[in-house]
Amino acid sequence: MHIMDIFQNSIRAGASFISLDVIENIHDNFMKIEITDNGCGMTKEMVQNVTDPFFTTRTTRKVGLGLSLLRQNAERTGGVMSISSEPGKGTTVTATFVYDNIDRPVLGDVPGAVILTATANPGIRFIYHHVKDNKSFTFDTLEVKKEIGENSFESPELYSALKEYIVENLKELKVDLDS
Amino acid sequence: MEKIKSLADLRKMKESLQSGMTLREKSIDPASHIQVKVAMATCGIASGAKEVMETFIDEFAKRNMDAVVTQTGCMGYCYAEPTVEIKKPGSDPVTFGFVNPKKVNQLIDKYIINNELVDGIIPVNYEKV
Repeated sequence: MHIMDIFQNSIRAGASFISLDVIENIHDNFMKIEITDNGCGMTKEMVQNVTDPFFTTRTTRKVGLGLSLLRQNAERTGGVMSISSEPGKGTTVTATFVYDNIDRPVLGDVPGAVILTATANPGIRFIYHHVKDNKSFTFDTLEVKKEIGENSFESPELYSALKEYIVENLKELKVDLDS
Repeated sequence: MEKIKSLADLRKMKESLQSGMTLREKSIDPASHIQVKVAMATCGIASGAKEVMETFIDEFAKRNMDAVVTQTGCMGYCYAEPTVEIKKPGSDPVTFGFVNPKKVNQLIDKYIINNELVDGIIPVNYEKV
């Protein structure tokens, strides 16, 4: 799903806050993924160019595939991807997928992507909010730090426990990460 | 061990792991730790960098080794992903390419613990002799 790729964009944009919202609405037959950050944002011109695979702000290599692939995945199902961004304020990337389309990619290891990125960037506040029909689960690194200590995300020993916490709560929501 | 479903369960788990974590929490100097940077751009992630990073975190925890595992962007060695840079206290950083979970164990056993160079160092003008 390229969620980690988009997280990496936010981190490189200097974000101190990143949120991931996943909404699975089987009744209305759509799934929406929205990633918001408070990083440096982009100009209108950059937003227009950003899904071009040969456009990147990087200097180490000349291609950038994260957003292009996410857009391709969404459009393949009949969905859309949009980006709203303002310099100095941040960026929101929204991808909507037709839920029952055979080409909708699996969600994959979202808990792993969230925990891995949070563990490697303990200074950034992550909020992961997952809604499936009428049930929801929120994972907020600030809340977790308040409960188990400021250094929780710097401890490799806790990596598996944090991931299990998300996985178990997604099971309660009957979220299937493999379909 | 029961499943971790709430923040209270997480706190209990942390308390049971507390002894192994004390050393790291007392130290604020990253240079005194083994530092592993995993390149996590699209090229790295597509080649399995996430699994590599998870394996490093798991292995360091299992072996109770004092190490810091972080992510970095593309280092420009897309052909050799997943790539990792390992910096041991007092040594220059060394970058390894084509890393997979099996090779992670080799890097820990041979390079980090026994100071032996292993294949896969980037740039390729370094060779194991």
